[in-house]
Amino acid sequence: MAEYAHPEVLVSTDWVAQHRQDPNVRLVEVDVDTAAYEEGHIPGAIAWAWNTQLCDTVRRDILSKEQFEELMRQSGVSNDTTLVLYGDNNNWFAAWAFWQAKIYGHRDVRLMNGGRKKWLAEGRELSFEVPSVPRTDYRASEPDLSLRAFLDEVRQAMEKGSATLVDVRSPAEFTGEILAPPGLPETCQRGGHIPGARNIPWGKACNEDGTFKSADELRELYASEGIDGSKPVIAYCRIGERSSHTWFVLRYLLGLDNVKNYDGSWTEWGNLVGAPVERGAARAAS
Amino acid sequence: MKAEAYEERILELEGWTVRLARYKSGELYRARVESVDPGATLARATGASAAEAEARAIEDARRRLTRSRRQQV
Repeated sequence: MAEYAHPEVLVSTDWVAQHRQDPNVRLVEVDVDTAAYEEGHIPGAIAWAWNTQLCDTVRRDILSKEQFEELMRQSGVSNDTTLVLYGDNNNWFAAWAFWQAKIYGHRDVRLMNGGRKKWLAEGRELSFEVPSVPRTDYRASEPDLSLRAFLDEVRQAMEKGSATLVDVRSPAEFTGEILAPPGLPETCQRGGHIPGARNIPWGKACNEDGTFKSADELRELYASEGIDGSKPVIAYCRIGERSSHTWFVLRYLLGLDNVKNYDGSWTEWGNLVGAPVERGAARAAS
Repeated sequence: MKAEAYEERILELEGWTVRLARYKSGELYRARVESVDPGATLARATGASAAEAEARAIEDARRRLTRSRRQQV
């Protein structure tokens, strides 16, 4: 069985149980449901709220370099800290945090394979205590925007085929049957997908226990939709967190060099006046 | 304190397929309902028993799901 391209970015629940008290490890829970941390978390973990601490809260954007530095400093993260992220929904927003940490050049960042669900299912230790952490003097790098796609690049990919667009939402969101995951607010004016996009839901990369599928299974999954590293890839979803999960899989588990996350995602495209929209199932892979 | 009695099961609520997960931490049972596809959390609740926590989470999830619309494609 082939190994992941970068196995060092994944740690197991066992590894976390053994290393959670290491002074050079900072464990951070990042959940979709930001109240989950308060229901009990891995002892020693702090929490980041995706909707207030991992984005600019005024304009729609990721953290600026200064905001990212401040988050790291107040979280007790130094430039040489091993940052271990985990969360609910199989690490959706943990992957979002991972993506931003890589944009700002953090060297050693990892995901706990299986996320919060696996920790709970294994009956492991929980704590209600919020640890206090020492402030640091973290310095972020200039943003590496080769990891992020903006609207113009996505439009070019659609018009000229310069990159493969991968829509990682559910089939019902992709076809336009629903405008948001069931039970969540509708954040776009139109349903459907960017013309020419492939639909590979993020969850196909995971096992039932929340861990990632093997490298061989992942390679087969994406190759069956024409994604084999021969062409740049841009992943998108509704707001960019599910696609950061797929970005992580393609970039770090399969080792594709040119993969970007379009965090504007369907909330941007599906609200654009005049933007082309395709509805129904995907065209056959070429 | 350890997480105890973690269980998951699949349900149909208001025409949508959802996953109900529950576990016990401390004195309380905690239940959560999420959509199976794409997997977003819909509701969560606590209770003194598993049945109580689950019933509360299901009730809240039902309320939210009734607001979801399906479009003609």
